[in-house]
Amino acid sequence: MDIIVCLKQVVDPELPVRDFAIDPSTKRQVRDGRPLVISTYDENALEVALQLKDAGGARVTALTLGPQSALGDAVRLALAMGADEAVVVDDPRGPDLLGIEKVGILAAAVRRVGRFDLVLCGCESADWVERAVPPLLAEAIGAACVTFATRVEAADGGLLVRRMADDGFHQVEARLPAVVAIASDEGNRPRLPKVKDIVAAKRKPVQTWPVGDLGVPSVGEGALGVEVREVVVPQRTARCEFVEGEPAEQASALLRRLQDLKLL
Amino acid sequence: MAGICVVAHALDGTLGRSSLELVGAARALDAGLGLGMAAALLGHGSHLAEATDVLQHHGVTAIYRVDHPLLTAGQTDAALAALESIFQRAAPQVVLVSADTVGRELAPRLAHRMAAALVTEAVELGVEDGVITARRQVYGGRAIATLVVTKRPAVLSVKPRALDVPEPKPATATIEDVAVAIDAGALPTRVREVLREQADVGLEDAQIVIGGGRGMGGPDGFKLLEELAALLDGAVGASRPPADAGWVPISWQIGQTGKTIRPALYIAVGISGATQHIAGASGARTIVAINHDPEAPIFSMAHLGIAGDYREVVPALIAKVKELKGR
Ligand SMILES: Cc1cc2nc3c(=O)[nH]c(=O)nc-3n(C[C@H](O)[C@H](O)[C@H](O)COP(=O)(O)OP(=O)(O)OC[C@H]3O[C@@H](n4cnc5c(N)ncnc54)[C@H](O)[C@@H]3O)c2cc1C
Ligand SMILES: Nc1ncnc2c1ncn2[C@@H]1O[C@H](COP(=O)(O)O)[C@@H](O)[C@H]1O
Repeated sequence: MDIIVCLKQVVDPELPVRDFAIDPSTKRQVRDGRPLVISTYDENALEVALQLKDAGGARVTALTLGPQSALGDAVRLALAMGADEAVVVDDPRGPDLLGIEKVGILAAAVRRVGRFDLVLCGCESADWVERAVPPLLAEAIGAACVTFATRVEAADGGLLVRRMADDGFHQVEARLPAVVAIASDEGNRPRLPKVKDIVAAKRKPVQTWPVGDLGVPSVGEGALGVEVREVVVPQRTARCEFVEGEPAEQASALLRRLQDLKLL
Repeated sequence: MAGICVVAHALDGTLGRSSLELVGAARALDAGLGLGMAAALLGHGSHLAEATDVLQHHGVTAIYRVDHPLLTAGQTDAALAALESIFQRAAPQVVLVSADTVGRELAPRLAHRMAAALVTEAVELGVEDGVITARRQVYGGRAIATLVVTKRPAVLSVKPRALDVPEPKPATATIEDVAVAIDAGALPTRVREVLREQADVGLEDAQIVIGGGRGMGGPDGFKLLEELAALLDGAVGASRPPADAGWVPISWQIGQTGKTIRPALYIAVGISGATQHIAGASGARTIVAINHDPEAPIFSMAHLGIAGDYREVVPALIAKVKELKGR
């Protein structure tokens, strides 16, 4: 099976809130000086690809769209985890593009990679959380689509996918080619590369394609149809009232407060 | 067709609450845009008549209804085919979709097919000078983005439980049954099985929710939370680490990736208060935090706090609630 994993590089989403700031000119998060990581669920997606490779053999290509200058660590980690090769689509605007703007670029890159049965993505990017790229990409390359999947198996020439649902799971059969977006669960926790993997990763092929070479016309503002007007950080106003004392006293006092508030 | 179309569905049997949340949003948009509103109703069998009544009861005056045996739980491809048939007859300018299991696959795909503008996961919609604005959470709930929709058609998906169900507004709708041919063999995906996880009180509907985090230390800690929740007629949820570790079902996860809850009372136990978790719980009217670290960020979001070890505090609470309820 030929698998492409779409990886987005983001500012570490679990940085303390004090390190978070919005740049008013780009209306996006300030990236300078912040550690960059592979977007959380994209690592789970890569893990799913590597498990399919372990189970039945597969060629795994990591694909990322962003400013080439900054992508080193993400690409090296993906190769060290076990991806066979990597493609970087170099676009300085990469981190700021909305789903509709970047899907044409990602689709062109997938086609240029050429061989693919399965494209794996994260279920949501950790920064913009649009949940848009996987279904858009499926449409653009004419593939089946399943999102919020936690497990993927090859079955009967297609896939059997376990998808999170509101009150449980769906077992979904999907044809190939397919785009599947992955959410985390106990079975797809990303593996940690060993030292020898990190060394071996240095010899794996990385191709860089300037975005202009893909020949995708840029989506004009009017055609996009959505403008980001502002991005604001809400102020939190809650003031916590601590209930003091020994556990039994704390418990009584808390219940009394909740009764006062008519919550019990 | 009217200019605003709500995608309402009864794929899971009954009309979901989120379909009514969309009706509320459409009513508000229509007041600002004056385009008129309609609903596309998808499902199969006897439930559709009941769903039709509920939509009319909430002010929907035009319903395009598709009844097909493939329009059941999780069947995104069948739903997409049905909507395409409806929209070929009458093209709406604004389509509202709930970002539920099917809707989060459906909305971007529909937008692509309609060459429409796309906003996903909105938590608020409005109209300013005849233009639609949408707000959504970004950066793990650390910021709110305001998007302006400058094009028609537009497909907007709305996060379930972000909006209120509107007041009833009884109306009589014109109902058009749209015949749709869906070739089962041609659909790229098919739901083979639906696996439901039992819960006594649905997390999203509970008035009291108790959430456990990594600080619970394992599945046993959650037994205590379940005991307390049962006494309070509440539901138990979790942060991501317990769900990822398999201590609790993934459907219990509250937060950006998990569920959005809006209870009267949320008690967060052994949860540090990451923005991605609070993103799903900030609609709680009162938040109580129990955490042994008095510096944990959760205390800057909670209204009431107990700095202590849950292994002492929760049993004490259980004992006091039993006293209170005379059990
Ligand atoms: C893209 C993305 C999406 C995410 N989506 C979600 C989501 O949907 N939901 C979610 O919850 N998280 C989500 N997260 C993860 C989130 O960032 C945090 O990592 C997570 O919420 C932390 O969970 P926690 O508070 O249980 O664990 P921790 O941060 O490890 O906190 C555990 C807390 O327990 C306390 N504690 C330990 N022992 C005890 C004890 N005996 N008694 C009392 N207190 C104790 C500790 O003091 C600590 O504060 C997401 C992250 C990303 C990047
Ligand atoms: N710039 C990018 N490069 C590669 N993959 C991306 C990029 N942006 C989004 N994706 C993929 O699409 C998924 C969903 O992103 P989003 O639609 O932004 O929530 C991510 O988890 C990635 O797998």
